[in-house]
Amino acid sequence: MSVLAELLKREVRLLCRRPGELLNPLVFFAIVVALFPLALGAQPQLLQAVAPGLVWVAALLAVLLSLEGLFRSDFEDGSLEQMVLSPQPLALLMLAKVLVHWLFSGLALVLLAPLLGVMLGLPLVCLPVLLASLLLGTPVLSLLGAIGAALTVGLKRGGLLLALLVLPLYIPVLILGSGALQAALQGLPSGGYLLWLASLAALALALAPLAIAAGLRISVAE
Amino acid sequence: MSWTWFHKWGSPKWFYALAGRLQPWLALAAALLLAVGVVWGLAFAPPDYQQGNSFRIIYIHVPAAMLAQSCYVLMALAGVVSLVWKMKVADIAIHCAAPVGASMTALALLTGAIWGKPTWGAWWVWDARLTSMLILLFLYAGVIALGNAIGNRDSAGKACAVLSIVGVVNIPIIKYSVQWWSTLHQGATFSLTEKPAMPAEMWLPLLFTVLGFYCLFGAVLLARMRLALLQREARSGWAQAAVRQALGGGLAP
Amino acid sequence: MKFASFAQFIAMGHHGPFVWSAYAIGTVVVIWNVAAPWLARRRYLQQEARRLRRERQA
Repeated sequence: MSVLAELLKREVRLLCRRPGELLNPLVFFAIVVALFPLALGAQPQLLQAVAPGLVWVAALLAVLLSLEGLFRSDFEDGSLEQMVLSPQPLALLMLAKVLVHWLFSGLALVLLAPLLGVMLGLPLVCLPVLLASLLLGTPVLSLLGAIGAALTVGLKRGGLLLALLVLPLYIPVLILGSGALQAALQGLPSGGYLLWLASLAALALALAPLAIAAGLRISVAE
Repeated sequence: MSWTWFHKWGSPKWFYALAGRLQPWLALAAALLLAVGVVWGLAFAPPDYQQGNSFRIIYIHVPAAMLAQSCYVLMALAGVVSLVWKMKVADIAIHCAAPVGASMTALALLTGAIWGKPTWGAWWVWDARLTSMLILLFLYAGVIALGNAIGNRDSAGKACAVLSIVGVVNIPIIKYSVQWWSTLHQGATFSLTEKPAMPAEMWLPLLFTVLGFYCLFGAVLLARMRLALLQREARSGWAQAAVRQALGGGLAP
Repeated sequence: MKFASFAQFIAMGHHGPFVWSAYAIGTVVVIWNVAAPWLARRRYLQQEARRLRRERQA
């Protein structure tokens, strides 16, 4: 357990030393959202109608972008190899690592989203659903993306490949998340969508760390 | 219970010989089944009372779509075998099945689009099943790209194994997405619990082409795997003997 | 036979272009699947034959 605590402390310290890694996805998220009114025109009805999908697509891309470097520096300085060789279960260590990463970058994204939602003309009653759907959905995105990051960490140009591997897996989350928001926008109950998202989150929490660990073992062994 | 029968599959030499014996029979069965199914479906099956003759596309569309999904499941099963029992043959199976499965997915999508034009009046409709087939094509693209990107063959095989297992979680979601969204597509063509809605003279040819596509897939997969085995085991005695045997007398000086 | 004449068989009741293009694409995909491993195997065997011949001469 103390190893886990040490790892958590280390991750937090590392992330605090490189604030750019945390800020860049947020700025990216805001820029992508700002691009759409410029491309589609600024009619309020149109923007409100596309807002659920738009916020979700932008959040999804921002999470994906933030994950590319998740294991990179640990891989390069050899600490990843030490973690793979350590007697602690690798899946648990990686779950802790991904959760710390989510707490810093994913959570910030969730908190920024209502602001952008209001800018797109989402009514205030929809904002709790937006928050809840992102709160349940972004951990799934982080965990799934970490699988792709683990498989591609040893490759020189892993970024595009990571997107290719992970984006198809993101589709169910995208459908449910934007579906919840769409339902809320039309005044329909969105609880069912959120429950589905929650079950996806539980599934990802239970299974994704195993796949991340398997992927890292392969990448480190190469 | 003895597990020797299972571990035999891990032996490249044994698999190469067995595949060589099976392959011609599968190819023959595929040719016969496809010939009968296609001629029957094109010329002798009655036209659909709503769609007319355009429904005859079903005899390629449905087998390709079924095969595309089964092929991904097969890759995931091979992935489990590869990760748990470290069998080289399973790695090779994933690597060889991916392009075949991707081509079948593309075929299902293209024929679906062509079928959609006279039926729905549009080439592409964002309906649940077409969309999930498109996602399946992306999943295949991911496996193929990952396999090509990793230089080391052994780690490429294992990485693809992990990815196909992760991806197979998406297959049930593909299935359930039919229920999630209201769909323009027809209901499932084959169902195990109910009698098919089509008359026998319409679905019997479909049975022939489905079986024919599966036999074709088996023959093509074995052909690809035999070649990959020869290339990977090029240094071992049995592979060199097999190459010499395949070359026959052509080597005489 | 559900068609009265060969011309009707080709026309497929105004759906000819759709049906026949779908079958053409199907044929192309099947031929590619069969030909690709066959050609690759032939290429590999030729390459091996050349290598063996070189080794014998050396």
